[in-house]
Amino acid sequence: MDQTQGYTDFPHQSVTFPEGVALDCGRMLPSVTVAYRTYGTLNEAKSNAILICHALTGDQYVAEQNPETGRPGWWQRVVGPGAPVDTEKYFVICANVLGGCMGSTGPHSPHAEKPGALWGTDFPAITIHDMVRVQKRLIEHLGIQKLFAVVGGSMGGMQALSWAVQFPDMLFAAVPIAAAYYHSAQNIAFHEIGRQAIYADPGFKGGNYWAEGGRPERGLAVARMTAHITYVSEEALNRKFGRKLQNAEGISAFGEQFAVESYLQYQGSSFVQRFDANSYLAITRAMDLFDLSSEQAGELAGAFKGVKARFLLVSFSSDWLFPTAQSRAIARALNHVAANVSFVEVQSDKGHDAFLLDEPDFHATLRGFLNGCAEHAGLS
Amino acid sequence: MSSAKKIRVDLALIAGMVQPRARVLDVGCADGQLVEHLIRAKQCDARGIEIDMDEVQRAIAHGLPVMQGDADTELVTYPDHAFDYVILSRTLQAVEQPREVLRQMLRISTHAIVSFPNFGHWSLRLQLLTRGRMPMTAGWNRMWYETPNIHPCTIKDFFALCDMDGYVVQDWLAADEEGRRTPWRRAPSLANLFGEQGLFLLRKA
Repeated sequence: MDQTQGYTDFPHQSVTFPEGVALDCGRMLPSVTVAYRTYGTLNEAKSNAILICHALTGDQYVAEQNPETGRPGWWQRVVGPGAPVDTEKYFVICANVLGGCMGSTGPHSPHAEKPGALWGTDFPAITIHDMVRVQKRLIEHLGIQKLFAVVGGSMGGMQALSWAVQFPDMLFAAVPIAAAYYHSAQNIAFHEIGRQAIYADPGFKGGNYWAEGGRPERGLAVARMTAHITYVSEEALNRKFGRKLQNAEGISAFGEQFAVESYLQYQGSSFVQRFDANSYLAITRAMDLFDLSSEQAGELAGAFKGVKARFLLVSFSSDWLFPTAQSRAIARALNHVAANVSFVEVQSDKGHDAFLLDEPDFHATLRGFLNGCAEHAGLS
Repeated sequence: MSSAKKIRVDLALIAGMVQPRARVLDVGCADGQLVEHLIRAKQCDARGIEIDMDEVQRAIAHGLPVMQGDADTELVTYPDHAFDYVILSRTLQAVEQPREVLRQMLRISTHAIVSFPNFGHWSLRLQLLTRGRMPMTAGWNRMWYETPNIHPCTIKDFFALCDMDGYVVQDWLAADEEGRRTPWRRAPSLANLFGEQGLFLLRKA
């Protein structure tokens, strides 16, 4: 194994469930490891726990420096002492998703049936529901019967929805942010470009790159570049780069010309240092497979029958990946079952990524919602 | 976020019509003042819908369950009998389809509480008679071409609509501009002349 593959060597805090987990695809994962971090203190009644669910390329280091990349926690603005998800008040849990590459079982974990090998492309197809089933094991392992809240943005929001639907008695509140109840054809199409870029990289070697110590860096970088465009708005890109030139020495058809190009290339190259290509393939597929209404003949409201959680749905006005219409559709379907729903669209020109950025209105909304819920749950 | 605060007079009148611990939806709830009062002072399961995004944001940030939406399009998404009371305070005259909104309110709820500015008030009648222009008062203070109040009606008109659609007026009163109760209760014609607002508690026959 290539020792430069940083994402495998670090001793992440984790727990292993040797009994494994049955997956939606019909296969069984014989043993499952969940890497996780916690912040704050679990109260005596074990009633103040909030699970944070990360997005496609996130990890469990939500509120502290990531030990592998050295970068600040990905949601340090939102989770921490005195933050909207206040770790002085709540016990916060964040786990690396099933299929991930930060210590949880995924394509880069040891193969269950082939000693010495990694799963690689043998890793079974996973779903958002599978990820949540594994998180449920962790929550039970921590001795928590009912979460106070499940909060997540983007793919994390899909997990929050999955929690509310799969385990209605195990959470008091659900907060899907910039989320959707299904992955649209456009969403899938963008993911497919990324996957094709990875397949086309000679370094991919049919998914067995790990055996020969290489990585499909170019392919994964292009996948990230494509995805990154969908995370930002046209307005934000214009504001940041406009038509600024990177190479002012003259017109060239080849090589870099515009500032936005080198920005994207930087996004791509910094990503390949920390992410496993097979993980990327497995998780994007899990997102593509997500459709809460699929078992209800397209009627989303049917999926919400029996939900008990209070909901806060937040969308961002310039998000074209998971636009406001998606959140509104979820809110309306929840109305159909008379669920307790708060829903607001936050004005922002930062696109889908706004949920990760400095958005005071969003932060005040989240804080207020959790305060209101805490009062109803008898937490304050 | 602790003790019950004093609320606007007209909202207090509405709250007086709601039984404790009821399931309530406040349509056009603004920053959620009435929702908060019903939750705290009456232990209701109260929620709100509001069209203005800034108001919604303020309400949620204050810990209240409020969703952004439009009365004309959102009420159809609720199931039958989901609530004990649906409240529409000073909003009926601004919706696209007042009759349909009322019908939806009494589909999803046992009771409907509706307040609206009374276009039959003497000062409006007098202005129209003497000046021949659309009246302008404290309550009707926008020019005809920009007012959001696209469906003005009088207290008498509202009685007539309830009669036509078979709604029982369980309680009603006329109020002044601030929402204080006025003494025209037993006389609809006088209320229609002197009441600045009408407030109705309806149920289906």
